[in-house]
Amino acid sequence: MSETHGATSASSRTPTVRAGLTDPATIRFNDAQLAEVRRLQALYPDKRGALLPVLHMAQETFGYISLEAEEYVASLFDLSPAHVHEVVTFYTLYFRERPGRHVVAVCHTLSCHMAGAPKIIAHLKQKLGIEPGETTEDGRVTFLTVECLCACEAAPMAQVDDRYELHLTPEKLDRLLEGLR
Amino acid sequence: MAEIVLMRNFSNPDSHTLAAYRAGGGYAAWDKARQMEPAAITEEVKKANLRGLGGAGFPTGTKWSFIPKNHTGPVYLVVNADEGEPGTFKDRYLLERDPHALIEGMLIAARAVRCTKSFVYIRGEYIQPWRRFSAAVKEAYDAGLLGQGLDIVIHRGAGAYICGEETGLLSSLEGKKGWPKIKPPFPAIKGAFGQPTIVNNVETLCCVPPIVARGAEWFAGLGTKTQGGTRMYSVSGRVKKPAVYEASVSITLRQLIEMAGGVSGTGRLKAVVPGGGSAAILTADEIDVTMDVDGLKNAGTMIGSAGVMVMDESVSIPEALMVLARFYAHESCGQCTPCRESTGWIYKMVHRIVDGHGHKDDLDTILDVAKRGAGTTICAFYDGAVGPYISYIEKFRAEFEALIPHA
Repeated sequence: MSETHGATSASSRTPTVRAGLTDPATIRFNDAQLAEVRRLQALYPDKRGALLPVLHMAQETFGYISLEAEEYVASLFDLSPAHVHEVVTFYTLYFRERPGRHVVAVCHTLSCHMAGAPKIIAHLKQKLGIEPGETTEDGRVTFLTVECLCACEAAPMAQVDDRYELHLTPEKLDRLLEGLR
Repeated sequence: MAEIVLMRNFSNPDSHTLAAYRAGGGYAAWDKARQMEPAAITEEVKKANLRGLGGAGFPTGTKWSFIPKNHTGPVYLVVNADEGEPGTFKDRYLLERDPHALIEGMLIAARAVRCTKSFVYIRGEYIQPWRRFSAAVKEAYDAGLLGQGLDIVIHRGAGAYICGEETGLLSSLEGKKGWPKIKPPFPAIKGAFGQPTIVNNVETLCCVPPIVARGAEWFAGLGTKTQGGTRMYSVSGRVKKPAVYEASVSITLRQLIEMAGGVSGTGRLKAVVPGGGSAAILTADEIDVTMDVDGLKNAGTMIGSAGVMVMDESVSIPEALMVLARFYAHESCGQCTPCRESTGWIYKMVHRIVDGHGHKDDLDTILDVAKRGAGTTICAFYDGAVGPYISYIEKFRAEFEALIPHA
């Protein structure tokens, strides 16, 4: 997370911009979403507690958290855009550039490493033609390597969008990739 | 074989539902606890010798008793479901397979500390556990178990190991980056949003209903003199049956490896990490230790979150350290200089050793930097990184030296 040694942290690099996809014309929640923001803010003794949940909402709505989205979210919280930027850049799950339609995040920590994560990663590099942290040119897949996803009993494993895919083999990966459109 | 307490419902495919939980006697402990004085609940948990199962092993009842008695404002209960310690996956199972056990534990704990509002901080990557737990919370509201004295707010994290550290978690809950805070004040005095706060791990709270239902003496009797109960061990790496196993805290590491089917790969044990990535490593002849908090402390390591990673003789210890060093370099929150700088540099040094480009003095430099930085930072993250740095090198020095030209 600290950017002092960025070279060591390929997995924290934000994905490259997906070509040919236009951003939403305006960064605005609709009325129902604004009501949800107010509901979330009211759950916390200080409404700022809802910042992470609202950033999750923003990412689902806008696809990623642009600087413009940071400013918009800041305005909903009476926070400075700098505070929101600090938060967005601290966490790995907020994308600062548009990711691919699917995100494949391969765990490379100790148990997965012992179970063959390096082979899984090499296979994906070859299959997708990109490095970890990058998105395929057609915008289909963003490929990340990530730290322990806590499914070590089923190593090697990866998170594919919102699912944990366990006991990976190159063959299983190929089948998974075919299902990602 | 020890009694199964925490995983008692796991074999039922509907274990996550309220109906199944009730059918197995669920929420009976809450019915009992609501007739008890709050102080009596805390006393029972103290007598049970329950110790925190998230990593620090602090006595749970004692923690609860730190809430100031004369405090008139709100008190918060915050559940640490930000599981992230390498080698640990037990809370994922509890959230997915027995979410009502956690809710019941929260109801009882909240009564003990006079809390009416609680937060459950779930790791952002845990989508399925979050869905399961959210559905259970909805069921509990619909059944009138929640919303009549206790509210639960489910809060999803956003990807940061440091938020598993309790004060980092509170910073994150408050809408900030997850920087740990200097203690004291401890959260029980000044925690979430400046109010007295109890932060407990998922598994710890899941122990509370059985303690109330069956009594402190029974629970204490399952463990050792200084720690009661059973716990869930996440066993992975080179074992034949990697999985989560429940056993007494008095089981030995050797017995636990046997429970997991024994060593796989070459079949010959080389080393074991007994308590998650941050625990010092044990060699093959150091595994006759009991897995309670004090047993492993006396062995120079720690039980931590009970993530057991087994290495057979074919595993390269320098490579294992490189992988963990990368983890610490990536996850250091960057707040304290010794941690931010050392984790990055030590990763680079171990990496070059593994690549065959190590310098003659590298090992001594790593040991020196590790030892001098320990204890100088705001939270325990760096001390957790130092555990593996020092133990892997000191116990397997020859293996590192063999990779260094002219060593």
